[in-house]
Amino acid sequence: MNTHHSHKTPIGEQLISNYVVVTNQHLTPQYSRIVLSPADRTETIPYCAPGQFVQVAADAKDVLLRRPISINDVDAESNTLTLLVRKAGRGTEAIMSRREGDLLNLVLPLGNGFDLDIPAGSRALLVGGGVGVAPLLLLGRRLKEAGVEPVFLLGARSYDDLLELENFEKVGEVLTATEDGSHGVKGFVTAHQALAEKWDKVYVCGPAPMMKAVAAMTRQTGSPTEVSLENMMACGLGACLCCVENTVRGNVCVCTEGPVFPLEMLNW
Amino acid sequence: MAKLNVNIGGGLELQNPVMTASGTFGYGTEFAPFIDLSRLGAYIVKGTTLNHREGNPYPRMVETPSGMLNAVGLQNKGVDYFIHHIYPEIRHNGSRLIVNVSGARTEDYVETARRLATLDDVAAIEVNISCPNVKEGGMAFGTTCEGAAEVTKAVRAVYRKPLIVKLSPNVTSIADIARAVEAEGADSVSLINTLLGMAIDVERRRPCLSTVTGGLSGPAVRPIAVRMVWQVAKAVKIPVIGLGGIMDGRDAIEFMLAGASAVEVGTANFVDPAVTMKIIDYMEDYCARHGISDINEIIGCI
Repeated sequence: MNTHHSHKTPIGEQLISNYVVVTNQHLTPQYSRIVLSPADRTETIPYCAPGQFVQVAADAKDVLLRRPISINDVDAESNTLTLLVRKAGRGTEAIMSRREGDLLNLVLPLGNGFDLDIPAGSRALLVGGGVGVAPLLLLGRRLKEAGVEPVFLLGARSYDDLLELENFEKVGEVLTATEDGSHGVKGFVTAHQALAEKWDKVYVCGPAPMMKAVAAMTRQTGSPTEVSLENMMACGLGACLCCVENTVRGNVCVCTEGPVFPLEMLNW
Repeated sequence: MAKLNVNIGGGLELQNPVMTASGTFGYGTEFAPFIDLSRLGAYIVKGTTLNHREGNPYPRMVETPSGMLNAVGLQNKGVDYFIHHIYPEIRHNGSRLIVNVSGARTEDYVETARRLATLDDVAAIEVNISCPNVKEGGMAFGTTCEGAAEVTKAVRAVYRKPLIVKLSPNVTSIADIARAVEAEGADSVSLINTLLGMAIDVERRRPCLSTVTGGLSGPAVRPIAVRMVWQVAKAVKIPVIGLGGIMDGRDAIEFMLAGASAVEVGTANFVDPAVTMKIIDYMEDYCARHGISDINEIIGCI
């Protein structure tokens, strides 16, 4: 019973489906970019909103639960869906080890995406850290289609960990921050002057401490902010109540009420 | 095709033995995109308490080898919210609806059951005396014969429709507890609820769950559950409903051979939201392969 969110993503038909790995590119030892297409060639990928995620079966020994992974990109023309996967444990490791032609079973699309209802010509800053950059690519594309010029602020440990830089550059202006100073501003994304400005909308996805630090700054500048949480999930369907976030409306499921939340809904 | 109808006590007949376990299936609607709810034997919705409960703080879940620990703590909006806002939405889902009832005090169970008794489309209640994730009540009732009997007797006095009592495995002799609730008028028993467990994040040197301990579910617990179902089925005359780590049709049949008249599928719903349909299909296929005309023939044949 999801009745409490300020906006609702138009949800495509949810399904359980086998996808075949078209390519699996190991960006670094820690990250893979996996392009998937429905194993049944007659099947089209359901409508996926930026910020939504898929539940991927790891199919590895002793690993029980699916792994929630946010949708990085969808291309209707080639009927492909792209995931960025970070090696976090045995489940994600098994997913990353899939080769071209292997199958992955997905439940998709899940969750409630970013609010795209902003006027054309607005200034939007999309802040991502680590693998949290993943949903910002599709978000940037959809914003651009809606007449909003996205500016990306991407953070990582070093230049090598700045994922898909060239793809982001095709969509909008890209600002960067690296902890070792190998690209862009030295330090965390919060060291970048872009966050000192007021924006019509700021979208944030990354590790919780990074998102909290960014949120503290956007509160100062009065920029409306949405963040995407990655609380640990079991079902991804709003049934198990494991992934809850304590919000101004009490404990709510991140999987169905989020993963994207307006900042003012969180007790941050 | 074989007859899959089973009786789970109190005159309640199901079209097949496959139910969903409370707390793993929300209110059913979450699974509507993936399954035909009307094919289920019954579905048991989220644990309902007299008053609203926020549940335990995050983190509430950690995956363990072939299983998971949870410490949700019965988060729900209370029985009145259920009656007024949820029940009208789900009462015509086409499958038998069973409500799981929990409480901190005996009076809470009684009052919740009394209010649910007014709902025509609630086929039965499952009284949960076995939740390991609440500070008072819950499992405390289910770990002694006296406590289990007290709650059962009190609820029985106000609830005339089929009454299932859900048992805790965190006891020395689950058969004794089953006998105690049978004596007080339970129409059937379901088992097992989760096993009390614990996991530690060794890098951070902290417990993985906010509550330190939690309930273990998933295939890791299945052999224990099968053993307990077998013991209880031998000890009582009322029907036994088996659950604990059922991941597929084979596992469901295993429980029925051990003595279960029906099964509940829990954690597997998280892994494959359509698993219940596959289990029903498997049962039909199993009966065909084994020349069984009525699935009741295999119940407790071990």
